Amino acid sequence: MSTNPNKGTPLVELRDISIAFGGIKAVDHVSVDLYPGEVVGLLGHNGAGKSTLIKCLSGAYRADSGEVWINGEKAEINNPRDARSYNIETIYQTLALADNLDAASNLFLGRELVGAGGFLDDIAMESETRKIMGRLNPNFRKFNVPVSALSGGQRQSVAIARAVYFNAKILIMDEPTAALGPHETQMVAELIQELKKQGLGIFLIEHDIHAVMDLCDRAVVMKNGQRVGTVNVGDVTDDDILGMIIMGKKPPQAY
Amino acid sequence: MTSSTTPSHGTDTAQSPVARFLKATEIDTRLLGMVGALLLIWLGFHIFGAVFKGQGSFLTPRNLWNLSVQTASIGIMACGMVLIIVTRHIDLSVGSVLGFTAMVMGITQARILPDIFGLGSPMIWIVTCLVGLVVGTAIGAFHGWLVAYRGIPAFIVTLGGLLVWRGAAFLLARGETISPLDSTFSLIGGGPYGSIGATGSWIVGLIACAFILWKLYSGRKNREHHGFPQRPVWAEVFLGVLGCGLVIGATMLVNAYPWPKGIVNQYAAAQGFEVPAEGLFISHGWAIPVLVLIAVGIAMTVLSTRTRFGRYVFAMGGNPDAAELSGINTKLMTVKIFALMGFLTGLSSIVASARLNSATNALGTLDELYVIAAAVIGGTSLAGGVGTIYGAIIGALVMQSLQTGMVLIGFDAALQNIVVGSVLVFAVWVDIIYRKRAK
Repeated sequence: MSTNPNKGTPLVELRDISIAFGGIKAVDHVSVDLYPGEVVGLLGHNGAGKSTLIKCLSGAYRADSGEVWINGEKAEINNPRDARSYNIETIYQTLALADNLDAASNLFLGRELVGAGGFLDDIAMESETRKIMGRLNPNFRKFNVPVSALSGGQRQSVAIARAVYFNAKILIMDEPTAALGPHETQMVAELIQELKKQGLGIFLIEHDIHAVMDLCDRAVVMKNGQRVGTVNVGDVTDDDILGMIIMGKKPPQAY
Repeated sequence: MTSSTTPSHGTDTAQSPVARFLKATEIDTRLLGMVGALLLIWLGFHIFGAVFKGQGSFLTPRNLWNLSVQTASIGIMACGMVLIIVTRHIDLSVGSVLGFTAMVMGITQARILPDIFGLGSPMIWIVTCLVGLVVGTAIGAFHGWLVAYRGIPAFIVTLGGLLVWRGAAFLLARGETISPLDSTFSLIGGGPYGSIGATGSWIVGLIACAFILWKLYSGRKNREHHGFPQRPVWAEVFLGVLGCGLVIGATMLVNAYPWPKGIVNQYAAAQGFEVPAEGLFISHGWAIPVLVLIAVGIAMTVLSTRTRFGRYVFAMGGNPDAAELSGINTKLMTVKIFALMGFLTGLSSIVASARLNSATNALGTLDELYVIAAAVIGGTSLAGGVGTIYGAIIGALVMQSLQTGMVLIGFDAALQNIVVGSVLVFAVWVDIIYRKRAK
């Protein structure tokens, strides 16, 4: 029987989270933790409750019961603004971009830079956007068009830039590579490694079992709203994880 | 994350001179289209009048001055309706709220305030305007609260409001018309005394020109500072000349419309001087309601493009979920947007009742449709996320031009409605085609 290899205070602890929608228990007494510099994969079928669980952390939903602890202190997260104040950033599966606005407006949405008199400083925001995009996606040129005119990969890079620009400590990525080609997927993988080195904690919701084996330190498997088990990715094979996802079978290494 | 962008340089040679010109000046082609349509309507009515009535009376200082005054009320509300429609809502109640607010203000200034301040006190018009703005804002905020915090669709809330406030306007004075209003108050509606005269108009015009030139200059400085690409110098000069030319031309136009003889005589008698035998040319100049509209247009443009509030409005229209997830308090925003609509309706109510010099319970009937039409003709998309203030004001001008023009050439009311309705549908169809081709 294996145990959690991490010691000390976790960056995030979701304790005994439950949330139901109209009598259906989407998340049923699930506890998960995340340490600095760690990538924790959240796996499971569609409808297993991964996204719902994570939305309780990002402030999109409020849990019916359970607690969120951040850096060893109980946190009150009632809306996305609260989550941001704890340096939690989320890349949603839908990307959550306002299609009619350009990249800079989306990147700074809700946190605009303002100049004298409280007016938007669009030029400063574009300038900052050019800087971060130059790092994340050097080929990005379309700064003055609505993001609806961008390709899937470009839109994804805007969403990622938004999450990493504001010094996130906790990053939630909900299938960040679902819409991407192989080359772009590789770039996201490299980014995750880099952010990990910087000491961020990352929750990664992912269907691709190989990506999980490559990127994650631990994996949490969910089924029907419940946690099947947590494994150290290094201790198990991909078949073990698939068995957990498909049949809910807990291998001996899991805890 | 690669990108498949084509380089933005190197394609210039393949473009036509017109396309290059539009690119260099950064003039919105949709704006150009709307202005073109407006000029076409004006010319059309003028020529029609000249051919069939023996006299083209549309393109005269008198008619265009009146047109500007008549546009003010709808134009002011259309500025607020843009934000409502951009956030995927609708407000069907503005006409009724305008009527109700006008009635409240009528009673306030004719029946309540004279007893407090004494007849003719300057406090009367000030307090009346404040009351109107507060009542309008409060009603708007209440509608917004029902939409945002009670989850009732805006269509239903404001459809209810359309009936409720019209009925309430009737009940307030049992259907009586309240007239005349305070004499200072009624200046806000325009008319010879409610205009700022030739000298005042030139001062306003020159300030506007200075502002345009300063905007172009500071924009250039700012881009230079951040190393962003500049417009060519000739394009800047062209925009400056065009902007100032329009302002000066419009000022000359409003100054070319003299006071009627009767008013001149009345004014001379009051001032105690003799009117010379050949008559006296006293210019109207810019009408106060038009200046109010221009001020609202500028303020709303700044609000919608230069502030967080405006950015959030457009984000909510583009993707309400994304706006919410970005930490924007979309419910409170909705209340604020409807409150702003209510404020502008109150302002419009001041202009409309002052112009009539009376408050009637029918004031503003069908205004909601004209206001929505103005916003939509001006390029505001009912799908949300897209719209401009200047577009809505031009849209209001188009609607009013059609109506005025048809009255001038003697179309009867039924035909007027048919034309206005058809133009609305046609304009939206053209807009849809434009958007498809722009993609």
